[in-house]
Amino acid sequence: MSRVQIAFQDNDESRYIVAAIEQDNPTAVVHYEPAMIRVENEGSLTINRESVCEQIGMDWNVQSLHLNLITLTGHIDEEDDYFKIMWNN
Amino acid sequence: MSPTKLNLKDKYKLLTRDLDWEFSYEDRQEAFPYEEFEGIKITDWDKWEDPFRLTMDAYWKYQAEKEKKLYAIYDAFSQNNGHTNVTDARYVNAIKLFLTGVSPGEHAAHLGFAFTGRQMGGIGARVAAQMQSIDELRHIQTQIHAMSHYNKFFDGFDEFNHMHDRVWYLSVPKSFFEDARTAGPFEFMVAIGFSFEYVLTNLLFVPFMSGAAYNGDMATVTFGFSAQSDEARHMTLGLEIIKFLLEQHEDNVPIVQKWLDKWLWRGYRLLTLVAMMMDYMLPQKFMSWQEAWELYFEDAGGALFKDLERYGIKMPDYTETIKQEKEHLSHQAWWTFYQYTHAAAFHTWTPSSDEMDWLSEKYPNTFDKYYRPRWELAAEMEAKGERFYTTGLPQLCQTCQIPMMFTEVDDPSQVAYRESVYNDERFHFCSDPCKSIFDNEPEKYVHAWLPVHQILQGNCGGGGLDKVIEYYHLDNGAANLEFEGSPDAERWKQWKGVA
Repeated sequence: MSRVQIAFQDNDESRYIVAAIEQDNPTAVVHYEPAMIRVENEGSLTINRESVCEQIGMDWNVQSLHLNLITLTGHIDEEDDYFKIMWNN
Repeated sequence: MSPTKLNLKDKYKLLTRDLDWEFSYEDRQEAFPYEEFEGIKITDWDKWEDPFRLTMDAYWKYQAEKEKKLYAIYDAFSQNNGHTNVTDARYVNAIKLFLTGVSPGEHAAHLGFAFTGRQMGGIGARVAAQMQSIDELRHIQTQIHAMSHYNKFFDGFDEFNHMHDRVWYLSVPKSFFEDARTAGPFEFMVAIGFSFEYVLTNLLFVPFMSGAAYNGDMATVTFGFSAQSDEARHMTLGLEIIKFLLEQHEDNVPIVQKWLDKWLWRGYRLLTLVAMMMDYMLPQKFMSWQEAWELYFEDAGGALFKDLERYGIKMPDYTETIKQEKEHLSHQAWWTFYQYTHAAAFHTWTPSSDEMDWLSEKYPNTFDKYYRPRWELAAEMEAKGERFYTTGLPQLCQTCQIPMMFTEVDDPSQVAYRESVYNDERFHFCSDPCKSIFDNEPEKYVHAWLPVHQILQGNCGGGGLDKVIEYYHLDNGAANLEFEGSPDAERWKQWKGVA
């Protein structure tokens, strides 16, 4: 399996998104680098809307991911309730 | 009764797919004259998927929010004398190179995507290309705005647009984009969507920007990350177009493979500038070029190629060369600019002894053996008041336009030279891949505007170096030459009270 990767600006919104990722993707590895947070996982990584809403304490729209996203790798599967990146190998 | 909210899929269907129409009285082929020009076969545009399902309304909403955040930071940066908070004035030279070398490329990409967006028959791809065209325009604008603050205090920024069309090293990024823009729409998509976005911006806008933050440059890191959030969409578009072409028809596979081979190399050669920006131009260092390349290309790009194997696509066969070069690239590039900095719109310097120790640690196989002695000699000469500049003009590669400075993979003491004869004329190249790119399309590359040839033909102001510098609009004695003793360095000392 290849690793997927996603990076966010290091700010107060991303903190909760990353917490939700850690909760739902137990094998994900989080790297704190200057001004950014980079998360890696084997094969795939999912961000669930409900988990982010719980963490952040308010309604959160999956598409607002664009505001804090820096980069990602892999194919994307996006629905109203989740955002997933994955490799097919 | 409250209106029902559309889900993402339905919204995308209505606000993107439904924008298309049937051609009842015009010929479709005449409306999209470039669609078959490259030999690409499209059987069903409906198979195109935009994975982000971004519709125009959501696009404007989120882009507007990004801009608001960005400009609030620009205001804060300039109101608080942000330029005095960078780690060292040397750092600003990386930003000068960015504005002169990269930002005009954003504009070229904007024009290219406007053309491509018009020329593709499928509505999904057309809308995505339109968004990208607007993004690229936003990028050059936000970059000019961010750097306008530095322009008030440092030399070398003010003539970036004039320089981009003339200065020798800027022909490298300029010709890259012109090569892409003079190709057909699908090759352009692979060139920019894949090579530029997936490979290049991921290294320039992520580890380099993180480095900019580490060096206290709030304005640059902010536009960098804000731009890269668009690039995440662009990379996805690049990947999508490749998958789409490969799935549409088996005849597309060899064409796409040829484009990947060409553009991955073209993008990689362009990254030579970023390699030296990371290793030599960031005073506070956190990640070496080699580490960034391994993480963002070998790892991420490797996974991508593994995914494309099922279609019969393979990793280009020169990747071994790239692997070897990663330990040499930044050192050879900085050494080249060090010698020619009298004709460049930024300053260069010898790395300090601490910086050399960092380079030894990061490049244990190469730095002490090949490059440290060179820098120590340069520092020694400088101490004696004999700062070294090369007065001759370098030979350029006909394809990438970079001076011949790359060494043979198995012998770092020998500069690599390749050549081809076309129509009884001899052409020179820096490497096997640049030679084979030329050999595939010689009629295109014979037209290259090579700065050194143009200087020697008298087309760059005529006469000697002083005339060339004038032609470049290079503020001689201020914007060029060694950093130590430059007006930039003197002003910095005054601000810091160490004059």
